[in-house]
Amino acid sequence: MDQFIYVLKRLFSRRVVLLAALMLLAVTALAIFFPMFSSVDPNAIAVMDRLKAPSAAHWAGTDELGRDLAMRIVYGGRYSIMIGIATAFFSVIAGTALGLLAGFFRKLDAPIMRVIDAMMSFPDILLGISLVSILGASLWNVVLALAIVYTPRVARVVRASTLVIRELLFVDAARALGVSTPRILYAHILPNLMSPVLVQLTFIFAYAILAEAGLSFLGVGVPPEIPTWGTMIASSLQYADRAFWTIVFPGIAIILTALSLQIVGDGVRDLLDPKLRKSA
Amino acid sequence: MLRFILARLGGTLAVLILVAVMVFALTRLASGDPIALLLGDQATAEDIAQARVQYGLDKPLLTQFGYWIKEVAQGNLGQSIFLQRPVTQALAERAEPTFFLATFAVTIAALIGIPCGLIAAVWRGRLVDQIFSAVAMLGASVPSFWMGLILIQVFAVWLGWFPASGYGDPGVPFIERLHHLVLPATVLGVLNSALIIRFTRASVLDILNEDYVRTARSKGLSERVVILKHVLRNALVPIVTVLGLTLALMIGGAVVTETVFNLPGVGNLVVRAVLRRDYPVIQGTLLVIAGIYVLINLVIDLIYMIVDPRIRV
Repeated sequence: MDQFIYVLKRLFSRRVVLLAALMLLAVTALAIFFPMFSSVDPNAIAVMDRLKAPSAAHWAGTDELGRDLAMRIVYGGRYSIMIGIATAFFSVIAGTALGLLAGFFRKLDAPIMRVIDAMMSFPDILLGISLVSILGASLWNVVLALAIVYTPRVARVVRASTLVIRELLFVDAARALGVSTPRILYAHILPNLMSPVLVQLTFIFAYAILAEAGLSFLGVGVPPEIPTWGTMIASSLQYADRAFWTIVFPGIAIILTALSLQIVGDGVRDLLDPKLRKSA
Repeated sequence: MLRFILARLGGTLAVLILVAVMVFALTRLASGDPIALLLGDQATAEDIAQARVQYGLDKPLLTQFGYWIKEVAQGNLGQSIFLQRPVTQALAERAEPTFFLATFAVTIAALIGIPCGLIAAVWRGRLVDQIFSAVAMLGASVPSFWMGLILIQVFAVWLGWFPASGYGDPGVPFIERLHHLVLPATVLGVLNSALIIRFTRASVLDILNEDYVRTARSKGLSERVVILKHVLRNALVPIVTVLGLTLALMIGGAVVTETVFNLPGVGNLVVRAVLRRDYPVIQGTLLVIAGIYVLINLVIDLIYMIVDPRIRV
């Protein structure tokens, strides 16, 4: 516990990182708790109020159905953040498994890495839209497609780290003591991979929020009735020239969240390995 | 040396085959029978069965794959269902806007990214470094379509300086085409400059620690000469590589930007194909785009091998 507090102290000794972490905490808390305690319906349609500019009553204005934009951004955060976390979680699990196998077992290295190379030769967004079009547009299929897109990234990082850790003395020692291979992987190598994986997790979280918005914009993302920040912008597109705020505010929510995530990720990386900073 | 080149070529071939398998599998896994889609609602079960035989869809998957690869090797990517023309022709028609957009954008990214990255590295830890690093991170956090929409609103709708969309009528002079590309290229260029800033900074920092930089300084060379001649020139090799890969990724990765600005490019072609489930187009375009990326990667590696003997070890 002391160690944990020490790590947090060092991480937050940089003001920007502290600020970004607080920002993330605020966005997440708002998205989780606000809808629980608020009686306002974010889907309540008020035709009289449609496309109203920002004012005291509607801080961020209203959309084409007269719905309060600030409220919808808070609600939309629930889905955008959930998509980001779920994508990061799944791609980290799959990528870690693949990278671990490729890095530890020499025979598996070439086959796994060639598949990873092949997957990475498709531009992210292109692979994303192709996968969603095959799986069908739904919230979980978007998560699945994006998780597949980002898995190779994690696998590469994990493989590189595994190659280094595999040669360290404590692994030899464990083997000499007769520890089984699965146990070496699980108990000796995996814990040492946690830091690079954690860094990847925050970055993929940010990329996934951005990618979801991109997919929604192209019309191959989450169904429009689910209010993510991406679908909000996509559904207001045709009113962009009359009601510019319908585009601006959800976009700012995306940027602030993605930026905060990357600052925190960068902070964690600097903390774990000052040398890595150079090769950022 | 020959052994390394052969090993690298073997690896590339394996990746290309895997890419082909993935593209083939992607379209075969897709929901919906392409034949039923092709023939429309009026087709009887008999028509469909006949068409399946005609397109070879009754054969085992492996046979179908072999047949497809044979066609691809002969430069035949099939026939688009909706555009009523060969996929290769559709691709060729869309290549020009995408090529100029990507080139223009990479130029912008380099013009912003290299000087900013160099300055950030030289004044490492100072305010200017922190500002540029923050800007780089901000660039990686902005959705491209959002920035596109903002630029359209400001520079096309309000100020009227640039066209909001399209690539100009057929036959307009090239300068007019470039005028259409200013806003989309700015979006792609500015957002990608984030990566170039980070990469230039890292690359220059690496070189700054080299012995020959210390030697140059101790010879009494001016800091300007040391930075521009000894550091930047050597740092440029990996930077140029990243610029090349960025260009390769933009050929298919500019999908969103091309859609915002309604540019008739390759990305736009894919999105429309996906929305209409035009599988031959999806298949052909994905294969070509991924293939270009793999080959550019190979060329870069081979050039490295020839130029830098350390890599062969």
